[in-house]
Amino acid sequence: MKPTVRFFQPHDNVSILMRTFSVLILFILTIQVSKAAELDYNLIAEPVVEGTYVFVGSTKYFSKQNGGNIVNTAYIVTNAGVVVIDTGPSYRYGKQMRDYIESTTGLSIIKVFITHHHPDHFLGNQAFNDVPIASLSGVINGIKLQGNAFTDNLYALIGDWMKETEAYIPTEVIVPGKFSIGGHEIEIIALDGHTDSDMVIYDHTTGVLFPGDLVFHNRTPAVANANIQHWLDSISKLQELNYKYMVPGHGAVISDEHAMIQTRDYLSWLHKHLQNALDRGLAMSEALTLELPASFQSLDILHEEYKRAVLQLYPDMEQNYFN
Amino acid sequence: MSINIKQRFYFKIFSSLSLIAAVNFVYAQTSVDPLDAPTWETVHKTMLFNEEVVFDERVKVVVPDVAEDPMNVPVSVRVGDIGEIEEIRVFADLNPIQKILNFYPGKIEPFIAFRFKVQQSTPVRAAARTKDGVWHVGGHWLDATGGGCTAPSVSSGLANWEDTLGDVKSRLWSRKDQPDRLRFRIMHPMDTGLASGIPAFYIELLELKDSNGDLLAHIESYQPVSENPFFSLDLESNRYQGLTLTGHDNNGNQINKVLQ
Ligand SMILES: [Zn+2]
Repeated sequence: MKPTVRFFQPHDNVSILMRTFSVLILFILTIQVSKAAELDYNLIAEPVVEGTYVFVGSTKYFSKQNGGNIVNTAYIVTNAGVVVIDTGPSYRYGKQMRDYIESTTGLSIIKVFITHHHPDHFLGNQAFNDVPIASLSGVINGIKLQGNAFTDNLYALIGDWMKETEAYIPTEVIVPGKFSIGGHEIEIIALDGHTDSDMVIYDHTTGVLFPGDLVFHNRTPAVANANIQHWLDSISKLQELNYKYMVPGHGAVISDEHAMIQTRDYLSWLHKHLQNALDRGLAMSEALTLELPASFQSLDILHEEYKRAVLQLYPDMEQNYFN
Repeated sequence: MSINIKQRFYFKIFSSLSLIAAVNFVYAQTSVDPLDAPTWETVHKTMLFNEEVVFDERVKVVVPDVAEDPMNVPVSVRVGDIGEIEEIRVFADLNPIQKILNFYPGKIEPFIAFRFKVQQSTPVRAAARTKDGVWHVGGHWLDATGGGCTAPSVSSGLANWEDTLGDVKSRLWSRKDQPDRLRFRIMHPMDTGLASGIPAFYIELLELKDSNGDLLAHIESYQPVSENPFFSLDLESNRYQGLTLTGHDNNGNQINKVLQ
């Protein structure tokens, strides 16, 4: 039987020494942080249409400054209670989001939807553990498989903001289709490409579309778990929908196709560009340092996200090149 | 020509702002570690046996600032115009196994690119030995603390891995105004031996020969080189055909392939 784990294990003295050192540094940082004001995301919801609100996050990457608030979460006020879409990057975010919603609407939350298994979209789940948290079976499987690793990564990236956060698995499997909730006609659409399972929520009553991370607006798409061809196919399907407003996973709310076109153009360029680098015989470290087209300079954190894309996609592309 | 430590320090800070372009006619050489790592003295001893060293910007080590996937960190080493290079050693100060690869460029360009595994943030260095016995050292800090959307490495864990062990695929690109580029991939698990219960299992030696069987270059690789390693080398333009690659792993499995 082939052994599957080949990670370096921290058995040697250097590692132990460095771990002790890291813990020490973490300790010092923690003291400094707790001396500072209580970590607050200062969430303020913006209305999309009457009764539908969004907490618009930063279009940067995870940092200790933004606490991982780089994501859009949303809620719909129905006559049966509030429906929440995504819960943010941490338990703390989830709690602050819930407090805000309950105190401003005076209503209770009846349902939470999770669009996909990325940590910035579901790690606030713990704050809603008394509410049904629903998603597609593919999303739930993704969280089961990778949720803990994502959580560890976010602890490393945003530190104290993550205090007490655990990967809380959604409690309800939802199947694609239309249903009615509190007077809203909601459609769940199962797509993929940004991840193996991307859940899109379309509110026919208000005309607001929640495409999750299938659409980025003025922000470079993240491709860590992407299948670019599938993603492009999914965008084509979204373009057929007759929505009034779209709440992208990252970036400002928009009423036209612009964000979808941006996302589509970047992804198709990226795919061709990396294939071309391979065809020219470039090594991965050379692909990292290639120039990027001026047309994408309006996308936030372009260079940073492009480098991550090379690191995430090139190894598999290289392996496939010779298969 | 050398510059003082303080200048070198500002080089580091401002290089990201491209100010380095304004002063890059100066080849900085110094005897103080530009990466300012407390580990330098140790690796100087263990990797270079305390032999004479100069930090030299013309030994260009490219690694990303952040390792998204610690199992697949790309690195390339290119040595600029400092004379004939006898050997290049690539190592990472804070890796559990520091030694990554030794490259003897022989008759080919002093350039190599491949991927390797890291455990934590570390300086990544290359030392190039010139004929006078001096090691010219370049390097870069690699941050390996978490990577947001990075999936944990899903092992290739194929049931039939033994069938493909040691298989080589390759391609040679002839390029305008540049050396030819050779890339080859060898199927091999490259187990580090540090995961419990899994012994070290890795390619030890690779020799690149021309069609007459004369040795052009050779590589001694170690456990940190990534699984199914993928090497890039540069060769004199339009000179070589019918190259062969031979070698073996630490269990005596042979590698022998005429490259395409
Ligand atoms: Zn995502």
